[in-house]
Amino acid sequence: MSEQPNEEWGTRLGVILAVAGSAVGLGNFLRFPGQAAANGGGAFMIPYFCALLVLGIPIGWAEWTMGRYGGRKGFHSAPAIMGAVGKGKLARYLGIIGVLIPLGVSFYYVFIEAWCLGYCWQFVEAMFGGTGLGIDPAASISDQTAASSGFFNEFTGQRANGVVFTEFGETALFWLAVIAINVFFVFRGLSKGIEKFCSLAMPAMAICAALVLVRVLTLPANPDAPEQSVANGLGFMWNPDFAALAKPDTWMAAAGQIFFSLSVGFGVIINYASYLKKKDDVVLSGLTASATNEVFEVGFGGMITLTSSFVFLGLSGTIAAVKAGTFGLGFTTLPVVFAHMPLGNLIGALWFFMLFLAAITSSLSMFQPTLAFVQEALGTDRTKSTALVTALGLGGSAWVVWFSQGSVALGTIDDWVGTFLIVVLATIQVIVFGWVFGIERGRKEAHEGSRLQIPGIVWFIIKYVAPTYLLVTLGRFVWQTLPGWIEGLGANPVARNTVFLIGGVIAILSTLVFFGERRWRSLGMDVDGEYPPYDEAPPVTPPPGQAAESQP
Amino acid sequence: MTNLGILFMCVSLTSVWGLAIWCYRKVLSAPPD
Repeated sequence: MSEQPNEEWGTRLGVILAVAGSAVGLGNFLRFPGQAAANGGGAFMIPYFCALLVLGIPIGWAEWTMGRYGGRKGFHSAPAIMGAVGKGKLARYLGIIGVLIPLGVSFYYVFIEAWCLGYCWQFVEAMFGGTGLGIDPAASISDQTAASSGFFNEFTGQRANGVVFTEFGETALFWLAVIAINVFFVFRGLSKGIEKFCSLAMPAMAICAALVLVRVLTLPANPDAPEQSVANGLGFMWNPDFAALAKPDTWMAAAGQIFFSLSVGFGVIINYASYLKKKDDVVLSGLTASATNEVFEVGFGGMITLTSSFVFLGLSGTIAAVKAGTFGLGFTTLPVVFAHMPLGNLIGALWFFMLFLAAITSSLSMFQPTLAFVQEALGTDRTKSTALVTALGLGGSAWVVWFSQGSVALGTIDDWVGTFLIVVLATIQVIVFGWVFGIERGRKEAHEGSRLQIPGIVWFIIKYVAPTYLLVTLGRFVWQTLPGWIEGLGANPVARNTVFLIGGVIAILSTLVFFGERRWRSLGMDVDGEYPPYDEAPPVTPPPGQAAESQP
Repeated sequence: MTNLGILFMCVSLTSVWGLAIWCYRKVLSAPPD
């Protein structure tokens, strides 16, 4: 046991901010407003809050509980924890998904993070007389959008594969800088690195968001088109269309938004919670982290993005922005909006700095589960494990950066790992928690040290409602969407090879689980979850090779 | 912006901010570990 890494969180608030930092990302500011506006406006909030209460918070509680339980057994990685909670090899190997998701998503997430930092830099440069993104506010809106789009395409290497590296411009430098920052904080450790960074970054992000919000809400109506006012911009986002509630797609979209926004089924919460002690609260902490995410999503994301777009681009421009999706809205439309706004360069710099902070608090949370897994499986120290994880992360990310044309590699990993596998992992976790670990045991475990009682209905939801919803979603997905994805692979060699890359990562992780299991057994650890955690009374008959004095 | 839009916006904002403030007050009022 002494060879197992022994880290812990410094403060209760620290772990909450770290989990919230993991959850708050680009989707809060760019995806949520688009989803809401396209699915009933204010009426979207009815299915949205239902999904938060019925899916997001309960599944989050289950993950927090499983994570802390695994940590009490000396495990910090998803495969080991799933093996202990799910009592066996199958759950352990399925737990690989809990490492694959954060690692795989980090491949492209650090690239997007580099865009945010790069855009922030462009606006700072423009404040001091630089050309910035090269948008001329005097030109027509279509010319400005073309200029903004051209900058985006050039900056992100959409022109051709390999240009980011072969022409080694700013993008490559920002990408390397972002990776170095991530490695630095991950290497510093859980408390001194991730917790400390998130404790500063989250309030900084809130301040940036508040400043941008105040600027947007105090914008005067467009003198050329008086109907393009802040009030009408808010109306575009919030005016309810109750007819949307009759469509099943609205309810699915709301559940999907909650699901991806809260980072449930991502493999992060289970790892972060594993560093808690037996009497550390998980119920209030889980709820607080979710509430923080909602403030950024509804309180800031829902107020800023589309409102500012409406004032400067009007109804048709904003509808086009929503249709352009997350990247189009964030990196093409909003720079045009900032070009028209008084103090636009400052607001643009603050906005992209805030997105950068949102992205880095998320990417840090993607490296830690992989690092914990490597340390646990191989028994290596933090330096060697960080080097290995950096090599894996750098290699995977270099693939995404090289195959930048059309963001094919990025999109493929986002589809297969960042979308499909998240639903798969959440389904596995909720079934393992509700049906293998057991609801009664789960309830008892969740309430250890809890500052809040979970209502009885939540346990019914975790056992029956959440698995049913997830299985239906998964079934629908496999039936309707997956065939198209598979067909698309045949037509695109980059996409196909990217899936092979994911397969290669799965093979590496499976090998690590194989050797890890042998190591954990040799250390006398309760690999299959047959005995109570070490911090409880020892079992009447100690497991073979596990003497009572070996327990910490 | 319609009255219903204002209503939905205000209720949503009050809910998320209210929940967050309530949670943080409870977290910060807890005795240290």
